[in-house]
Amino acid sequence: MKQISGNKLLVKALKEEGVEVLFGYPGACTIDISDELYKQDEIQIVLPRHEQALVHEADAYARTTGKVGVCLVTSGPGATNLVTGLATANYDSVPLVCFTGQVARHLIGNDAFQEVDIVGITRSITKYGVTVRNREDLGRIIKEAFYIARTGRPGPVLIDLPKDVMAELGSAEYPKSVNIRGYKPNTSVHIGQLKRAIKMLHKAKKPLFLAGGGVNIAHANEIFRQVVEKTNVPVVTTIMGRGAIPTTHPLFVGNLGMHGSYAANMSVSNCDLLFSIGTRFNDRITGKLHEFAPNAQIVHIDIDTASISRNIHVDIPIVADAKDAITKMAEYVEPCSTQKWLHEIDAWKKEHPLTMRPNTTLGPLDILEEINRQFDDAILVTDVGQHQMLVTQYAEITEKKQLIMSGGLGTMGYGLPGAIGAKIGNPDKPVIAISGDGGMQMNIQELATAVLEELPIIACIFNNEYLGMVRQWQKLFYGKRYSMTNLRSGALSRRTNGEEFPEYTPDFVKLAESYGAKGIRVMKKEEVAAAFEEARKNTKTPTIIEFIIDPEEMVYPMIKPGGTLEDMIMDC
Amino acid sequence: MEKGMKKRWISLYVENQVGVLSKISGLFSGKSYNLDSLTVGTTEDPTVSRMTIATVSDDETFEQIKKQLNRMIEVIKVIDFTDVFVRMKEILYVKVRNCTPDDKVELFQIAETFKAKVIDYGKDSLLLEFVQTATKNDAVVKLIKEEFGSIEVVRGGSVGIESISMMER
Repeated sequence: MKQISGNKLLVKALKEEGVEVLFGYPGACTIDISDELYKQDEIQIVLPRHEQALVHEADAYARTTGKVGVCLVTSGPGATNLVTGLATANYDSVPLVCFTGQVARHLIGNDAFQEVDIVGITRSITKYGVTVRNREDLGRIIKEAFYIARTGRPGPVLIDLPKDVMAELGSAEYPKSVNIRGYKPNTSVHIGQLKRAIKMLHKAKKPLFLAGGGVNIAHANEIFRQVVEKTNVPVVTTIMGRGAIPTTHPLFVGNLGMHGSYAANMSVSNCDLLFSIGTRFNDRITGKLHEFAPNAQIVHIDIDTASISRNIHVDIPIVADAKDAITKMAEYVEPCSTQKWLHEIDAWKKEHPLTMRPNTTLGPLDILEEINRQFDDAILVTDVGQHQMLVTQYAEITEKKQLIMSGGLGTMGYGLPGAIGAKIGNPDKPVIAISGDGGMQMNIQELATAVLEELPIIACIFNNEYLGMVRQWQKLFYGKRYSMTNLRSGALSRRTNGEEFPEYTPDFVKLAESYGAKGIRVMKKEEVAAAFEEARKNTKTPTIIEFIIDPEEMVYPMIKPGGTLEDMIMDC
Repeated sequence: MEKGMKKRWISLYVENQVGVLSKISGLFSGKSYNLDSLTVGTTEDPTVSRMTIATVSDDETFEQIKKQLNRMIEVIKVIDFTDVFVRMKEILYVKVRNCTPDDKVELFQIAETFKAKVIDYGKDSLLLEFVQTATKNDAVVKLIKEEFGSIEVVRGGSVGIESISMMER
């Protein structure tokens, strides 16, 4: 039997797993793997500018293609830079396999150069993590990693590769099958439970579907729409569930939660059956727990048993994949008489529709409405903050559109690398990143990656010179003491001798140009449409569109953290 | 104890691999679950370890603990020992120093009463070994601590196994 090195087996394994793109950053402990990858051209290698951005890129690639995202970084700092990205992927259930270099086995524990216990560091933010200690285990571990990452509730898996293990010769076999005795993801639906839940649905006077990110992850959108239409039951979504049915659908009420619509939150408070699928009832959607859906019996379908009955009491738990469960539901559901209930919800929609204050120069809404108008087939990627919440409120997500973001962890800096990963996975789809000036600067270096990979993404920056969401809290709850949120503060702002500020810090247009990207600055609403048209014509390089936004723009409605519907702030 | 809080036991089959103990204990600390005691050792199958975990928690938290353990890749099986018939014991060593001859007499009496063994003997010290339930060991430690000034205590944590025919703990 032919013997090959671990490095060779790794590359062979990647090919057998059908990996098309690898996001990698080299170092001393992975240089041999880089060398093996040099000898092949089946797998495209993307070289980002920072490992945090690297893992976000793999993450967005996975979210928008349904494939497993693959990362390769070196030991020590290369590995620790993954941490935020792993936690991001873990919270949002994104399948990743991350390979980290490690020092040779005899050096482990010696505080060797670029040695860290990355498996230990990431234990609580990965679905599974392991150091390969024997060359003969390598093939099995890689096989298991891909299987664990993509099955059940998907998540990131980390494999730590000591340099000497990878150099060692061993079997060239890559296993064909997996058998992990402690891991048997649920692949069936308990029909008895499901029928009980459907009976409840038929009996309810005010039934409501609550769709979370699980519906999108399972690609259950189409079958879910059929079930919704057949039953005539209205739908609210979490921000991760947005697009579970098209947001333009008449039965779609809105998002619930902290920045959810009045009608959506009222529907949850008044429904008598909350039929929830693929959500974990995060505090941002429930607010004060004992006042959440106080009149409702609750059905909860989720692939993860640990998500059920954790935050709220559930009457009928069903452990299943969203698509499997909804497909089964489609066989049994019947039309429900919801006319009266739908009228009630319509009245709430009319009473307090989503609104922003009219703005004569340029408001966030002018931008989001233009995106809705110009793009009916696109992937939207947001960063974290005010702009993100506005996107979840106003962006139309229809069948051909997808919205991705760091929903669970709330990772600033996700936007730009997210758009890069999405575009690499979907070269024929327009990809639009929407960031604030804060988040954009957390991974701005990725403009280089986007330029060099010739990715014509459109990166929008909502520039209000502030960390807007924290500022919003300070404005509402902290007496307008804008501590640490002004992105223009520093030694210059502390002096009072009237010195002139530089006009922009940074000048995003010049910055874009210095990377070889296109930069456009938009100050007036009349310029918005033309800016997007220009960006669409630029098909070889990324386009940055910087929108100058008034820092006084707020995201409403808002429910105070830990508050109830009564605390809902409609506007100032 | 707070409402609904009580002591519960879990028996856990896990992969006998590096890092598994850390992962289990990390779950308890990371999610703020109480961990009263944890013992671990290999089974008849050297690739499998078995843990006995004691925790003080309410019903909801305990359900979560079991679910969270179950979803770990390295956990093979979770058995709730709270309401099943099990044999469960803990080993306890108590070393008592600076004993007078009278102290020694009393310690021998304690040993006899609690079915403990005196396993070592010095000029003015005794070493006792108790194998009984953790609750009884609590009582012994309390008693000896009250009676004697210089003591040293080491406890093993409970280990448990399902009974074959016995209907008692």
